[in-house]
Amino acid sequence: MFSDYTATELGSIFAMQGFAGLILFAVFLLMALGLAIIFGQMGVINMAHGEFMILGAYMTYLTSNLFAEYLPGLFDAYFFVAIVVAFLASAALGAFVEWAMIRRLYHRPLDTLLATWGLSLLMQQSYRSIFGAREVGVRIPDWMAGSFPVTDIVELPINGLIVMLIAIGVTFCVYLLMFKSSWGRRVRAVVQNRPMAGAVGINTAKVDRMTFALGCGIAGIAGSAFTMIGSTGPSAGQQYIVDTFLVVVFGGAASLLGTVASAFSISQAQSTMEFFLGGSMAKVLTLMTVVIILMFRPQGLFTLKVRK
Amino acid sequence: MNAATATATNTDFVLAVEGLTVSFDGFKAVDDLSFYVDEKEIRVIIGPNGAGKTTVLDLICGRTKATSGSVKFRNKELTTLKEHEIVKAGVGRKFQNPSIYEDLTVFENLELCYPRGRNVFGALFFKRDAKVISKVREVAEMINLKDELESQADLLSHGQKQWLEIGMLLIQDPDLLMLDEPVAGMSVTERKQTAELLRRITNDRSVIVIEHDMQFVAEIADHVTVMHQGKILAEGSAEKVKQDPKVIEVYLGH
Amino acid sequence: MSNFSLKNMMTRQDVLGFFVLAVLLLVIMPLSMDIIRLTQFGKYLSFAFVAVGLVLCWGYGGILSLGQGVFYGLGGYALAMFLKLEASSPENTAIQSTPGIPDFMDWNRITELPWFWEPFNSFTFSLLAILIVPTIFAYFIGFAMFKRRVGGVYFAIITQAISSILTILIIGQQGYTGGVNGITDLRTLLGWNIRSDYASYVFYFIGVALLFVCLFVAQFITKSKLGRILVAMRGQEDRVRFSGYDVANFKIFVFCVGAAFAAVGGAMFTLQEKFMSPSFVGIVPSIEMVIFCAVGGRMSILGAVYGAILVNVAKTYFGESFPELWLFAMGLLFIGVVVAFPDGLAGVYQKYCAPTVDKFLDKAPLFKRYSGDSSYSGSSSSHEPVNAS
Repeated sequence: MFSDYTATELGSIFAMQGFAGLILFAVFLLMALGLAIIFGQMGVINMAHGEFMILGAYMTYLTSNLFAEYLPGLFDAYFFVAIVVAFLASAALGAFVEWAMIRRLYHRPLDTLLATWGLSLLMQQSYRSIFGAREVGVRIPDWMAGSFPVTDIVELPINGLIVMLIAIGVTFCVYLLMFKSSWGRRVRAVVQNRPMAGAVGINTAKVDRMTFALGCGIAGIAGSAFTMIGSTGPSAGQQYIVDTFLVVVFGGAASLLGTVASAFSISQAQSTMEFFLGGSMAKVLTLMTVVIILMFRPQGLFTLKVRK
Repeated sequence: MNAATATATNTDFVLAVEGLTVSFDGFKAVDDLSFYVDEKEIRVIIGPNGAGKTTVLDLICGRTKATSGSVKFRNKELTTLKEHEIVKAGVGRKFQNPSIYEDLTVFENLELCYPRGRNVFGALFFKRDAKVISKVREVAEMINLKDELESQADLLSHGQKQWLEIGMLLIQDPDLLMLDEPVAGMSVTERKQTAELLRRITNDRSVIVIEHDMQFVAEIADHVTVMHQGKILAEGSAEKVKQDPKVIEVYLGH
Repeated sequence: MSNFSLKNMMTRQDVLGFFVLAVLLLVIMPLSMDIIRLTQFGKYLSFAFVAVGLVLCWGYGGILSLGQGVFYGLGGYALAMFLKLEASSPENTAIQSTPGIPDFMDWNRITELPWFWEPFNSFTFSLLAILIVPTIFAYFIGFAMFKRRVGGVYFAIITQAISSILTILIIGQQGYTGGVNGITDLRTLLGWNIRSDYASYVFYFIGVALLFVCLFVAQFITKSKLGRILVAMRGQEDRVRFSGYDVANFKIFVFCVGAAFAAVGGAMFTLQEKFMSPSFVGIVPSIEMVIFCAVGGRMSILGAVYGAILVNVAKTYFGESFPELWLFAMGLLFIGVVVAFPDGLAGVYQKYCAPTVDKFLDKAPLFKRYSGDSSYSGSSSSHEPVNAS
């Protein structure tokens, strides 16, 4: 498939597709981060994670409309406000869901999987009732729509750059929160020994709720990023759930660095192959490679050997 | 592991553990451990918490893979075998917390451990014949559960669960029986009954027991091995070990 | 052999359950419905095959597969490929630019039958392929995962990814697979018109017969020692190893059985609906199949049949009358059945109906002589509440 191109062309194609894959990388990373936090904390797989992302996307859409309507002068900056709104909305819903449903299902991880799937159906239908079945698009501010020319043919999209910076910034904040703050210490205490953490006075129920909310909130931010690459529809989130799970598992569920590395490699592989093979085959090949690798190395890329 | 395996020699012992080491992320839970168990010997392993006692049993029965060293059972290398193969070779293991099949009845628990029909199709066409039933009854009688055969196992008391697990081992008829704190959490009467039970069942096989209760240890042990920080601190008869100043310092206190 | 007698395999409640289901499927349904509705009902029953397989895998074995649509699809496609080739004889397809190949290949400018379609000219091969291809595929997945001790949610996610991959592949390679429309326009089976009412009746009864074969196999498995090993494994996987069993082999076995059941269901779907498409392979249909099983009661093989029927009847009804409500209903069903009724319909039956039925059976002359509960029979294992999965 490479023989039709010269070496310089190939280099440019890889660079272009690589940059184009940055937004996908940002979406994968943010989604996977949220999933991994929740999974690591309570062994719960949140099948409605894609719908939390779409909630963030809808919030971004609403914010952009509000700015266009009432604050047209500040429209250039709406995206940053939208990120905060998206985070808060998804986190609030996440906290409610944890209280209403998830906490009743601890120790039944497979059942949680089914229940959150049910939740995802409810959310999809709600979006359809509220926002309509048609997909909505967000108008990107002019300054974000452009790109930096790097060479004659290679261009670097500005929105991709910004979204990626945000993703990396969020990842860094999560790192600080988990490993440098007292709250993070409590979370890790609960992960390692739940009864003991409870016995030394940590409110484990509250830690669970906050963790779930945080994971969902990050998915909301992913939704903001998502509006840059796709149009937002009621069931758009479902298409990302499998990819994101594979990112988490492939990276090794407990490793932050692993999640970053696996989000990067999967999004880049998909984006690059898309140019040569078309979207569906690129996706098939990427997923298949990941699944086959996982069959031989189920623990993912980064893991520790621990005493049972 | 391989180098050690190659050098390990064949012996007359039932179990020969040589140079056994396991490390978790650099921490050596068991460190170059060697000991030998004779035919029909009752060996008790004692030591403070975290000394690596349970890890040794885990290593012998294949639950944890050794970093290096060799475990030979009747001159058969165990470190390369899988758990079920080690069981088939004749090693039985009782866990610290009673580990039984709570969704099944006592009868079914015992029957499941009966050494026949252990592959997929053997289990599918397993026949509950008179031989199985009488063996299950015999073992149930031994472990004081003959009236509970129809009860679901999670309804048993803690002590009864411990007995059931011992019964599940007995029906396997292992040559080497490993018991991890068999009387922990038992009432005084249950404790006595268990000691009685252990005395009866340890007659015709080799046994490794982990125990803290020194009185109980003195009652049953042929040999005592004291472990500390993954290594052997002392070895010998219960009397001898009790007098050992090092043992008194790290374990027995006073 | 006495051990394999009816009495050891079934309690009298089981016998009654099988009998009631047989009357319902063989007498009441055919008499009370026209052939169009009956065929639709037959389609629901094709999902019951999957649900029964899931009872074994998930309810007993604790293995949640979110990729049963893959096996359903493989079974269905195997038969659809044979029927399509029969429908694409050179005479029937004379107007194509390449006569003698399926129409969708011609539309995609393929001029030769692909190599993997060739064997499906043979009816015997196709019949074998329905069973063997999905089972072997399940064996490979199971072997790779279970031998490395991957289970639980990881297994669920990998199987879901596989169903996603297969769907994208089928849709993407439309020249070889018929794409998103699937394989349609099936007409004859060995020269026999499969679109007649008579054929529809025959297929319905074949479907019911095969379903009962699967139910008996499932009943046999659950009442064997293997069934008890599965239950034991679900809670104490490690302990089962130390009772001398190679846990992975048992998981692989039950996963393969579930796959084979699903494949038979898929083939029955193809026969009755006269098409097969990727919309029964993907993530959404696969997870819906799990809910059929959950609604029926994950530990009850008869419950699974009722679960599949009930959810599908509801889906058809809501889908036709209130499409916007259907997703809400389905979502609530997922949540409700998991949170409030983890034992499903079978659990409700056990709690409220079974004691009364038992009293009745004590008096019924037919059942007086049948004291199915020989001593130590393992009936307890099949009805305990779900506390961990």
